[in-house]
Amino acid sequence: MPFVSPEVFLKERIAAVQEYYLLTARAVVDIFTPPHYWNDVFTQMDSIGVGSMPIVILTGFFTGCVLALQSATSLEEFGAISMTGNLVALSMVRELGPVLTGLMISGRNASGMASELGSMKVTEQIDAMRALGTDPVRKLFTPRLLATVIMMFFLTIISDAVGIAGGAIVSVWSLGLNASAYFHTSYRALHYADVVQGLTKPLFSGFIIASVGCFFGMTTKGGTQGVGKSTTQAVVVSSVFIIVVDFLVSRVMLAIFNHAG
Amino acid sequence: MPTPAVDTEREQHQVDPNQPVVVFENVTISFDIKPVLEDISFTVMPGETRVILGPAGCGKSVLMKLANGLICPDQGTIRIFGEDITKMREVDLFKMRAHVGMVFQESALFDSLSVEDNVAYRLHEEKVAEDEAHARVVESLKFVALEHAITKFPDELSGGMRRRVSIARALITKPDLILYDSPTGGLDPITSTTIVELIVKQRDVSRTTCLLITHRLQDAFTLAMNRWNPEKGHMERIPNDGIEDSTKFLVLNEGRVVFDGSTEELVSSDDPWLKDYLS
Repeated sequence: MPFVSPEVFLKERIAAVQEYYLLTARAVVDIFTPPHYWNDVFTQMDSIGVGSMPIVILTGFFTGCVLALQSATSLEEFGAISMTGNLVALSMVRELGPVLTGLMISGRNASGMASELGSMKVTEQIDAMRALGTDPVRKLFTPRLLATVIMMFFLTIISDAVGIAGGAIVSVWSLGLNASAYFHTSYRALHYADVVQGLTKPLFSGFIIASVGCFFGMTTKGGTQGVGKSTTQAVVVSSVFIIVVDFLVSRVMLAIFNHAG
Repeated sequence: MPTPAVDTEREQHQVDPNQPVVVFENVTISFDIKPVLEDISFTVMPGETRVILGPAGCGKSVLMKLANGLICPDQGTIRIFGEDITKMREVDLFKMRAHVGMVFQESALFDSLSVEDNVAYRLHEEKVAEDEAHARVVESLKFVALEHAITKFPDELSGGMRRRVSIARALITKPDLILYDSPTGGLDPITSTTIVELIVKQRDVSRTTCLLITHRLQDAFTLAMNRWNPEKGHMERIPNDGIEDSTKFLVLNEGRVVFDGSTEELVSSDDPWLKDYLS
């Protein structure tokens, strides 16, 4: 890879941020203006939402299991093993459910979007779409953005639910806790603020996954090698963004609800 | 039969036989500081077939993308159907492109769609009824002799067949301007002749204005020296070494126009580079 001067490097990065902003802004504006490609939205919802169910269920379930197993060891020292449900539910709903679902969906779908749109870009299919009078942002970007944001919300709920269920199975079968007590403490632990926080994060994650995936796909250059590069960049950038935004949203939510409380 | 939607669009773009369809005025474009096209000026009149010749890398495909507003020049003016497309918003360019058919160098078919859906793409966008769209797809595929491939997918087709599907897709809405970007590039001579025959047929049957890029001199001169015989259903040489008047040439070299004129002027040019290129 040739070395570039810091000036050129910075200019390229600033231009990329500008292009990301412009593309994403166009995609968001297109949600509110006709024509709409509803068939593409539903196809993407099926591909992103239903298609991602197995990895989300497996990840959520085993995260809940391991959380119960690990936390029980520490809680036992304080004679608070009955609080396992409380800890699993709070951790899953506030943090692990949204973040792990975000990272899983990023790995599966940001890469998929970047490689699909990147292949279309390098084989001139996106130019062909423009030549045929269709706005590729409206046809390709907006449906993916809308579908990912909507489906991330529901996938996170599923992840939270199976995580708590996984924790319950470990608590009952391995730790010998009472199932009713586990679910009771889980339910009691969750407050309005926790649920709002846990369900706000996936909206941001969904936005990041779709916008970063589509941006890298639609700006792919350099043939098949470029498609591979875009795919890797999409996963890396969206994963980092998800964690950074998770921190920021947590901070804001805590400030809002602590202030309100 | 065109749809009402297409008719309405068409009414806005009545082609005036005395006004040029394509006008390039002092067009310059650079990529990464390096100029690709410099001070390009030419005009294409209605019904004209303009063959763009030149060695590889001289900016022919860039010129074609400029003509369809897919990229914007750094300097100069491009007028299509009398409208300056360099000042148009993307949303207005989409309307303009409804009157332009484009055949890409590598066909650029949508690989996740069948041949039928590829050819009907524009009709589906215009919400044409399914039955009518199917009938028009069949008609368009018949023109390129590929009606039997209607259910196939692009990866099941040969390079020549893909190019023909791409032509069918470009012609289905009966555009007022057709842009062919190296339609015979990478094809064997027999398949290339089939494609050129289709272009001659389209030229002589509908008299649509077109821009055609080729780096094969043989294809360019086949276009200039042949005509479509509707009775026999194939291309034939124009008698007495005749030349098709509406076919003109634009030759580019290193991003500049080195020739702009008719077939006779091209073959009788004294320009040493041009003589060398044509020999």
